Amino acid sequence: MTDFSLSCPLPITRRKTIVLGHGSGGKLSAQLIREVFLPAFDNPLLNRLDDQAVLQAGTARVAFTTDSFVVTPLFFPGGDIGKLAVHGTINDLAMSGAAPLALSAAFILEEGFSMEELGRVVASMAEAARAAGVPIATGDTKVVPRGAADGMFVTTSGVGLVPEGVNISAHLARPGDKILLSGTIADHGMAVMSQREGLGFEGAIESDTAALHRLVADMIAAGEIHALRDPTRGGLGATLVEIATSAGIGVEAEAMAIPVREPVRAACELLGLDPLFVANEGKLAAFVAPASASRVLEAMRANPLGREAVMIGEAVESHPGMVLLRTEVGGTRVVDLPFGEQLPRIC
Amino acid sequence: MKYVDEFRSLALANKLLAEIRRTVTRPWVIMEVCGGQTHSIVKYGLDQLLPPEIELVHGPGCPVCVTSLESIDRAHALARRPGVIFCSFGDMLRVPGSSGDLFQVKAQGGDVRVVYSPLDCLKVARENPGKQVVFFAIGFETTAPANAMSVWQARALGIGNYSILVSHVTVPPAMTCILESPGNRVQAFLGAGHVCAVMGWEEYEPLAARYRVPIVVTGFEPLDLLEGILMAARQLEDGRHEVENQYARAVVRGGNPEARRTIARVFEPCDRAWRGIGVIPASGYRLREEFAAYDAARIFEIEGIVSREPEACISGLVLQGARRPLDCPAFGTSCTPETPLGATMVSAEGACAAYYNYGRRRGADSQSAAPRLVSAPGVAETKVEASLDPAGTGACATE
Repeated sequence: MTDFSLSCPLPITRRKTIVLGHGSGGKLSAQLIREVFLPAFDNPLLNRLDDQAVLQAGTARVAFTTDSFVVTPLFFPGGDIGKLAVHGTINDLAMSGAAPLALSAAFILEEGFSMEELGRVVASMAEAARAAGVPIATGDTKVVPRGAADGMFVTTSGVGLVPEGVNISAHLARPGDKILLSGTIADHGMAVMSQREGLGFEGAIESDTAALHRLVADMIAAGEIHALRDPTRGGLGATLVEIATSAGIGVEAEAMAIPVREPVRAACELLGLDPLFVANEGKLAAFVAPASASRVLEAMRANPLGREAVMIGEAVESHPGMVLLRTEVGGTRVVDLPFGEQLPRIC
Repeated sequence: MKYVDEFRSLALANKLLAEIRRTVTRPWVIMEVCGGQTHSIVKYGLDQLLPPEIELVHGPGCPVCVTSLESIDRAHALARRPGVIFCSFGDMLRVPGSSGDLFQVKAQGGDVRVVYSPLDCLKVARENPGKQVVFFAIGFETTAPANAMSVWQARALGIGNYSILVSHVTVPPAMTCILESPGNRVQAFLGAGHVCAVMGWEEYEPLAARYRVPIVVTGFEPLDLLEGILMAARQLEDGRHEVENQYARAVVRGGNPEARRTIARVFEPCDRAWRGIGVIPASGYRLREEFAAYDAARIFEIEGIVSREPEACISGLVLQGARRPLDCPAFGTSCTPETPLGATMVSAEGACAAYYNYGRRRGADSQSAAPRLVSAPGVAETKVEASLDPAGTGACATE
């Protein structure tokens, strides 16, 4: 029996109200951004739709990002909402190649929320920030009446400095680029799912939540990176489609090359989910100039967070905006953005 | 993964494909009955790998797709009632009724919950003694045993606030309906493996004999499907028409006796309306009289249901294998998974959704590396169109 709030995988497009699918990272989210936020806020920094904006401040280029975390349950195998908030924002900065400088943390707490749990979340955030070497430099707290929030929500923002000569953005991927993936997919989504649904996979499946800025720094030192993205909501599938669309390139990938841990695959099979669209919190996909791809791959494998890095495919000139996957038995399928979400409220 | 990877091996797939190519000498039309099989075929691109002589048409075996609009509207009306906790399999929530879906019912305050098993509903019923818990019992012979068991258990445990809204369907009458249709093109069937795991295949033997049609009970992994196709093709080429079992690791001739007993104790056959097809005689289950107290249709008075299908939708013909999703003018234009006109565009097992999700778009073949369309409309098809009921009500409708 599930008691999760139902997501809406059937986005009836002209909805008068917000449905959960609007937060899925799929087509409905894209539509919400396109139709509500972009026309209102319209500016070249935002219109790029990267995970972060890069601002020119004098001679420095400052990466700036923000992210809210509403995961249920707050604690799951391999992590918790606090760790997720710190890592998620560091990763959004790192995907521009930036070295993170500092984070902010804003808490929305529900009346009646356990002080003990809050303490555990905050301690976990502090530990994650210390380990990443990025201070939480400012913050805010609001308390709302019982029922107006689900325990606690966290919003983290971050700033970082983009090193000189580094230019990484989804729209810069180009035909010929090799696509590298830093490790197994779908660990985070399935860890949260199995915890929430009591599927009995606990222990076997852990969230991959991790801060990726040091891995990115190693990669930048090793070769020419064009585009980077961490496949969170919507999974690797959505990430590949977003980059293909943004850069106007085609993507061809091999299903067999994409690593998925055994228990994660088993859980996905059991629930009828496609790991390609399940969330990750400690992985990245990189579009790398072909000449330096093997050097970058080596650098990734030398870092503990990229030990299982693989090449999964390449960017091509044909079928711009379309992601083709060669299946295990030699057929092909088109990978498209999911409509809503496969899983309710992962992050 | 054990028992899965073995059935997705590229080397073995190539071997089977070569054997299929060696076997076929002329065109054959084979229908995979089950929506799960359709999903696998399109997901793995198996249809692109087969020789052009083999044409796969997609069958009616998507439980969500064939549940009648009237049943869905009835379910929505029940779910809207205060005091009712309405439980359903997840897939059903997205299926559009005459006005909206169960998500909208929920957004408007209905207590709608997803369950993985109907037995979970009994727990809900016990925890909510002041509420009526209703489960939407849909599906083929695969879901029937557990649904029946929930009623059996409710009676044994004395749970009085649980009932089921039954809209069960069964496979053999649907296959008969397709074979009886004047426009039928199906020459062999891949039988629905999981349905046969419950029911066995005895009941398919008279079908194979009477209509001289090969039936191969087939599984769902790529190698299962390729082997099933090979076995069907061999029968067709040899002029045989037998029931064979490809899915031997899950299916025996007598099925699962305990599951069959449970179905028979709780349900009895009845006529059933199939969405897009019409009423098929003796093609469904309803609760036996002695379980009337657990029959939501009898407990609750549900009135004023006026069901109307969108006119553009040809899902009835798609479900009978008479048309392919790409033949529909609404496919990918006014009908998408975001704005479905029919249930076949909703469920993962629906043929239209499978085509759409895995990128079978009209015109996709004009791009060099894109997968080619299943097959272009050919001569045979034009002939069929002429004999089909243009209203799309289907040849089986008895009203």
